[in-house]
Amino acid sequence: MSSGVAVDLENITIRFGDFTAVKDANVNIKGGDFFSFLGPSGCGKTTILRAVSGFLEPSEGRVLIGGNDMAGIGPNKRPTALIFQNLALFPLMTVWENIAFSMEVAGASAKERRKRADELLDMIALPGQGDKLPSELSGGQKQRVAIARALCANPDVLLLDEPLSALDLKLRQHMRTELREIQKRVGITFIYITHDQGEALTMSDNVAVMKAGIIDQIASGHEIYDDPATPFVASFVGENNVFRGKIKSIDGGHAIISTNRSGDLVARITPAQVGNLAVGDEAMMFVRPEAFEVAPEQGSTGQNLVSAKAVNEEFEGNSFSVFLEGDGGKLIKMSVPNLGQDRISTQGHDLTLRYEPSNAVVMPAGELASE
Amino acid sequence: MSSANLIRIALGAYLLIFFSYLLGPLVVMSLTAFNSSGFPSVSPWACFTFEWFGVLFEDKHIRDGLFYSVVIGIGTVILSVSMGLAASIVLTQVWPRFRSTYYTMIIAPILIPGVVLGISTLVFWDRVGRFLGVEDGSFLYGLFHNGIFLTILGQSSFIASYAMLVFVARLQRFDPGLTEAALDLGATHTQAFRKILLPFMRPAIASASVLAFLASFENYNTTTFTIIDYKTLTTVLAQKVRLGINPSISSLAFIIITLTVFAALIFEAVQRNKARKDAVRRGKLKTGDKGILPSFLRGNPAAIMLVLLSFVVIAMVGTAQSYSPEQCKIRVKEERQIEIQKRIDALKKARAEQQATEAAEAEAEIPAKPAPATSGAFGNVFAPDNLTTEEEEVDVAPEAGSGAFGNVFAPGNLSDEGAEAEEPPKPEAGSGAFGNVFDPGNLSGGD
Repeated sequence: MSSGVAVDLENITIRFGDFTAVKDANVNIKGGDFFSFLGPSGCGKTTILRAVSGFLEPSEGRVLIGGNDMAGIGPNKRPTALIFQNLALFPLMTVWENIAFSMEVAGASAKERRKRADELLDMIALPGQGDKLPSELSGGQKQRVAIARALCANPDVLLLDEPLSALDLKLRQHMRTELREIQKRVGITFIYITHDQGEALTMSDNVAVMKAGIIDQIASGHEIYDDPATPFVASFVGENNVFRGKIKSIDGGHAIISTNRSGDLVARITPAQVGNLAVGDEAMMFVRPEAFEVAPEQGSTGQNLVSAKAVNEEFEGNSFSVFLEGDGGKLIKMSVPNLGQDRISTQGHDLTLRYEPSNAVVMPAGELASE
Repeated sequence: MSSANLIRIALGAYLLIFFSYLLGPLVVMSLTAFNSSGFPSVSPWACFTFEWFGVLFEDKHIRDGLFYSVVIGIGTVILSVSMGLAASIVLTQVWPRFRSTYYTMIIAPILIPGVVLGISTLVFWDRVGRFLGVEDGSFLYGLFHNGIFLTILGQSSFIASYAMLVFVARLQRFDPGLTEAALDLGATHTQAFRKILLPFMRPAIASASVLAFLASFENYNTTTFTIIDYKTLTTVLAQKVRLGINPSISSLAFIIITLTVFAALIFEAVQRNKARKDAVRRGKLKTGDKGILPSFLRGNPAAIMLVLLSFVVIAMVGTAQSYSPEQCKIRVKEERQIEIQKRIDALKKARAEQQATEAAEAEAEIPAKPAPATSGAFGNVFAPDNLTTEEEEVDVAPEAGSGAFGNVFAPGNLSDEGAEAEEPPKPEAGSGAFGNVFDPGNLSGGD
């Protein structure tokens, strides 16, 4: 198998008439990386993928694959293989013919093709299913056939356009692991498009978060979750409680923000925002639901304490979601792990919540992801 | 009787009327092919015969027409299917704003009368020839004035639109992502077309080909202008109708109907068999599950009827080898002669009485005239081939009769068996049929 090849997008802008789908995107994807573009639908992530695979040319900027400019090179000449959202398996061909299609158009003999297809069928754990038609396979099997078909072309870069979105939850989780394993095994660069942050975080080495054609942050999944660069990233990836206010003081890596409804609170300034905040600026502070805990001393006040009334509770299996109403009707969500003990419901109680200042981040006010 | 029953009976009656309207003409026409009477008819059934099939196969005009119809049909299929496919693919690629205009343009030939298409094809290629300055006798001049070339082009100009409609319907279900997937996997555009789009379009291509062939085969109004010195089946038949027809055309119709029915049955059987095999392969049906009848017959009374009909046809063709209609024909002829003889006797008697009364009333100038005329006419009555017009003669005055006899002796009329069918059972009706008998077209119809 070929080792990974780097993909670089240099100042890519893609316009459709008056509409700008992608604006000035700069992405460097290392060879052998599992790289995800994450964003809500219509943010331009599929457009980027199509520009990499060659189905459209960027209006401005360059696509480089392995250092070679891809301008003017059609999709059939690029070292990429795309797995379509609807998989696009050829319905009139059998499974093995589908898998070996790239060899067929390259002129390989039927015997060679069959041999390679059988190897790949073994790899995707579908041995002996080569003579079926795609319509006779289940969703997960089709998925794997589509992967095998793309891998059969020996691409340097595999592009995946939300391939798991049509699968049910269990299968999706299973396929995540499987995709990651396949990627490690073949060692080529994967570029993955998804609107599901769970998929992006579990599988990817690096994630680019997109909003309306603009890339907000490129970082590892961990970093994106813990140190979001913008309010959009903070609110789009995972769940977050947002507190709006003005910066009261800045002290090293931390800032105190006087919130509109919950008093003065302390939070960490993320590396991306160091130097971007000044006293008096409009700011947003984010605290994850799981960062809250019930404070040991109820009723006290402090810069990392929030008082609220628990109004509702939802059981989610591995955790409880507690919905609280803070001062002025501010809605706060807290997540409590389900540890299996008898648990006293907090519903209807006034509570004081506590968080570690390092688990809260502050950044200049900006656009949030719409629910 | 309950109202539900009434409704059921009404529905049954309606279906009966509907199907007799639909199939009645075909049945009657098929039957006329087996009647020995020289004019296509059923009601005075003369003799069961296969001779019209022989007449049909010996007719050089029909054979030539059939041959050229097939040649033109194949040419039209090739041209119109490829044009229709190209047009439908362009329709999916063209800018959405331009799409409806393009569609109207492409579909327009269907709305233009075939006559106009025929004339304009003829004129257009003549002009093209002149514009290019091709000289009489050169290859291009010959091509631009060649009936087959012009007919294929003229017919394709609107049959391609029909084909396109078939393709558009199929293309709407095509996922363009499949072509993209093929390109992405390294296929060239040609390979993607050949290996992905074309196999997907295959059923549509098959049905468009059948449609195009049938449309070409039965086309008359465009063809009649563009065919020039060639002939197709339709132009031959049109000519024949103009000059008088005989049941050999019915026999041709019968052959076509039978072939169509068999083709449809075979197609249906193959389809069902395939569907069945698929079902078995997918494990939805047990292989052992077989009925008494082949699967495509089960629950399909129409198919059963058609199969029975085809057995009847086979049996008929089988007996045709041994059965000879000659015996029957001679018998019919004899019967008729006896009948005619009776009438003539009756007539003679009436005339004799009339003469007697006339002679009694006025013995002067007249009696000499009718006597030789009638005796002359009756001299021919017993000639075996001259049975035709005698009865009509009965009603007319002797003066007119002598004029009519001139036609009776026309050589074409002597062999005309067909006029027998025209013979009315009652002498009174004879005067009505009279006009037909002297129609020159009718006289040569039995050739």
